[in-house]
Amino acid sequence: MIRVVLPQHLRTLVGVSGEVELCIDGAATPRAILDALEARYPMLRGTIRDQVTQERRAFLRFFACQEDVSHESADFQLPDDVASGDEPLMIVGAIAGG
Amino acid sequence: MSKARVLVGTRKGAFVLTSDGKRKSWDVAGPFFAGWEIYHVAGSPADPNRLYASQSSAWFGQVIQRSDDGGVTWAPVGNKFVYDGVPGTHQWYDGTAHPWEFKRVWYLEPSLTDPDVVYAGVEDAALFRSSDGGQNWEELSGLRQHGSGPRWQPGAGGMCLHTIILDPTNPDRIYIAISAAGAFRTDDGGKSWRPINQGLKSQYIPDPNAEVGHCVHKMAMHPSRPGVLFMQKHWDVMRSDDAGDMWREVSGNLPTDFGFVVDVHAHEPETVYVVPIKSDSEHYPLDGKLQVYRSRSGGDEWEALTKGLPQENCYVNVLRDAMAVDSLDSCGVYFGTTGGQVYASVDAGDSWKPIVRDLPAVLSVEVQTLS
Repeated sequence: MIRVVLPQHLRTLVGVSGEVELCIDGAATPRAILDALEARYPMLRGTIRDQVTQERRAFLRFFACQEDVSHESADFQLPDDVASGDEPLMIVGAIAGG
Repeated sequence: MSKARVLVGTRKGAFVLTSDGKRKSWDVAGPFFAGWEIYHVAGSPADPNRLYASQSSAWFGQVIQRSDDGGVTWAPVGNKFVYDGVPGTHQWYDGTAHPWEFKRVWYLEPSLTDPDVVYAGVEDAALFRSSDGGQNWEELSGLRQHGSGPRWQPGAGGMCLHTIILDPTNPDRIYIAISAAGAFRTDDGGKSWRPINQGLKSQYIPDPNAEVGHCVHKMAMHPSRPGVLFMQKHWDVMRSDDAGDMWREVSGNLPTDFGFVVDVHAHEPETVYVVPIKSDSEHYPLDGKLQVYRSRSGGDEWEALTKGLPQENCYVNVLRDAMAVDSLDSCGVYFGTTGGQVYASVDAGDSWKPIVRDLPAVLSVEVQTLS
């Protein structure tokens, strides 16, 4: 079981109040987790990564076990604690005013 | 019993205001999509309960929302806006070539006859169409590929396609406007387009009479006379009597002819409204007095409408999509400000009052007349 923490606006968009739990096949990578996330919540397509290039949106960061993994490849093997569900993958909006 | 429903898009959410035909007291619902920029909310003329909203954010990109119950409940639909083919480049602010990049949907125009058909004007400028209620979007790429695209450039707000006007007498004719490229028309349902900018003079571009490059802020048409168009250009209020083939200036006695909005009275096709703004470098009313100007002669001669509007210390702006008219009798006129007020007149502009105030900055105002 993979746990994902979404930013507030995306929790509202998909209609969840807390973490999202996902089952994925294979390795716990950003790509696999986002594929599973978008399959469950199609309205998230385009909100975290570009629908064509699959690039992470510029104002979003990915954190795992207090480490910034935003700039790792989409196939980066996330830490075991994320793969086991002990720690969540956190999708965090950049802090900016307005 | 007639009703009016005002659809307000703001920097931080959407609001739906409803009133009976007297339009004296208003119920305010919202914010919907709180915290997101809502560039536009529009209702289908064919099914007034069908609404579309453009929801966007620098963080999370573009979402399109649809309501099938008049704005009570909403659900996200398709948000995949992909340019047809290799998008190419347009001019950047400094004149260099810049790749076309989708940023957001500025404007939604539902079909006059089919609630599942809706057009979207986007930044960077292009026109998209959905025929399945917003689930899937396809670019009408004949516009962007007209040939002049490499000479289009962004205005201060971005290179946005902000006006879509459907001709009620000719389903193949559509007008659009882009800042800063100009106005365009198709007569074959969107396959091919041609610029309709003859007569526009823009001193702020290298060739003031250029075929494209004009910063058109808004266009409006009365449905009974689809060949007559009114335009608020960056500077200058313009009019065309031949479907945009030629324009003439009708700024007349306006105290300043810079502005963003223009609209036409629902029952009087020669009665036109604008909100003069001081200048392109000072985006607020002249002398701190918020004034709507009305022409009853299709331009040239304008009268200031001030009753009920602040006449001192008012430094708000009225953005390009933030004016609308209802078709009740008498015609209601509505506009929203960057200060968060939505003003309404139920007597065609003679007097005004705020129907809501202290909203986030208003980006767009539409009104539906319901029976």
